[in-house]
Amino acid sequence: MSFFSMMGAFEIGLIFALVALGVLLSFRVLRFPDLTVDGSFPLGAAVAAILIVNGVNPFLATFIAMLAGALAGIVTGWLNVRLGIMDLLASILVMIALYSVNLRIMGGPNVPLIAEPTVFSITLPGWMPEYVERPLLLFVIVIAAKLVLDWYFSTRSGLAMRATGSNPRMARSQGVATGRSILVGMAISNAMVALAGAMFAQTQGSADISMGVGTIVIGLAAVIVGESVLPSRRFVIITLSVILGAILYRFFITLALNSDFIGLQAQDLNLITAVLVVIALVLPKLKSRFKRRAAPAAKES
Amino acid sequence: MLRAKDLHITFNQGTPIETRALRGLSLEIPSGQFVTVIGSNGAGKSTFLNAVSGDLSVDSGVIEIDGIDVTRKPVWERAKHVARVFQDPLAGTCEDLTIEENMSLAWSRGQKRGFPRALNGSLRELFRERVAVLGLGLERRLSDRIGLLSGGQRQAVSLLMAALQPSRILLLDEHTAALDPKTAAFVLDLTTKIVAETGLTTMMVTHSMRQALDVGDRTVMLHQGKVVLDVSGAERKGLDVPDLLQMFERVRGEKLSDDALLLG
Repeated sequence: MSFFSMMGAFEIGLIFALVALGVLLSFRVLRFPDLTVDGSFPLGAAVAAILIVNGVNPFLATFIAMLAGALAGIVTGWLNVRLGIMDLLASILVMIALYSVNLRIMGGPNVPLIAEPTVFSITLPGWMPEYVERPLLLFVIVIAAKLVLDWYFSTRSGLAMRATGSNPRMARSQGVATGRSILVGMAISNAMVALAGAMFAQTQGSADISMGVGTIVIGLAAVIVGESVLPSRRFVIITLSVILGAILYRFFITLALNSDFIGLQAQDLNLITAVLVVIALVLPKLKSRFKRRAAPAAKES
Repeated sequence: MLRAKDLHITFNQGTPIETRALRGLSLEIPSGQFVTVIGSNGAGKSTFLNAVSGDLSVDSGVIEIDGIDVTRKPVWERAKHVARVFQDPLAGTCEDLTIEENMSLAWSRGQKRGFPRALNGSLRELFRERVAVLGLGLERRLSDRIGLLSGGQRQAVSLLMAALQPSRILLLDEHTAALDPKTAAFVLDLTTKIVAETGLTTMMVTHSMRQALDVGDRTVMLHQGKVVLDVSGAERKGLDVPDLLQMFERVRGEKLSDDALLLG
């Protein structure tokens, strides 16, 4: 693996760290299986791209993309909380709807950004090659997102959100408006995913309707890899582990694609992702089975 | 003060498994009174408690807390006035959160939560003091996940949490039923202590007639979704478990003959 492709993996890993933080919030904190992200990722890309093409400041465009993502999350939450549609189904409905919405926003299947200004082109000083500087800016953004989440979950409001996911009945009896908690959580989660989409479009030089396919699986893979690499119950560590997971995951993929002897090609990406997630899901179970065998009848619960 | 007027709740209305859980239940509990509620399975005890807490919405009737009509208010809004301990020790606490995080949740019950830190030095100090009263050594384990505690320990913490913020009503739904006898006695002791200290208007559902007569100031028996027996004061002092059982049988017998007449 060359230095160039390593920085490339780092860059994409950082972008998907944002997705992973969003997925952590919906799947782990709220326990809401949210597939909206497959739609809010390209939504963020579409909104940012179309605004940039129309001359809006890239930072403002990115911010508006986040708002659009938040709105998508709220719609999913609202379908579930207020209309009583099953969580998974509600998110699939919004995901499907977003496919049309994204096409409408872009006015076609893709919007090229090659010649347009981006958050990278207007901030980076150009002291180092672009493929080094871009990951550095992304790193700053990801760390900022992590710190905001860490802060939020240390507040009373954030604690109420954790209780909502963990034991909604108890949360309500402690005066938590669980419906509102879910809406807010879904908004934050999808805003982060849309931010990732906006960043992705600006690094790749275009927004594309199909770029969202499998976002949820990659996000989940990052969360799971992170949890097995750095298991913890402290939220500050969990967010860190999820970011690590996203970057590690991307390195694995790059490694697999760059190892000519395996014979894998770019189109095998989703297959590799699925296999990696299965391995990450099964490994902890195998580990505990071996442990049990090593110490028979030591600790049975 | 808690006032329930002519509450009706029917489950699965219009189906063959229709159950009329509450059939015009009315009960008034003055401020600071400790009422024990008994009744056979299906008498409507838990349904009544859930109606007061807001977990179930009533088909008709009015629920007032301190003169405020809360009939149509959701659980989380009532939580300002109503504290609750569940029968299942796992239900009243969040097992993924630590002891202190659970207590912090209860600490901001009924208040605007906003963005102050959920935990800080002075709050931890307060929680440590409260938990130390239990004498279970939990004050050294505040940052342990509450899922690591036993059912009895969790129930004790639930009680502390219920008393952490001033409220009007304390609902106890057979909160000692899932515990072993020794732990149950400990939790019951704690209950009477906390009720005496806080002066909460309390309603405790129990399966034990002994408990129903020994604890509190007044005993109410429910049957088929209505109050069929309501004793307090001297009359209650004179009662013993066999008397209660006898009354229980008589009420059931009467109802049975009522039904028999209807069917006949």
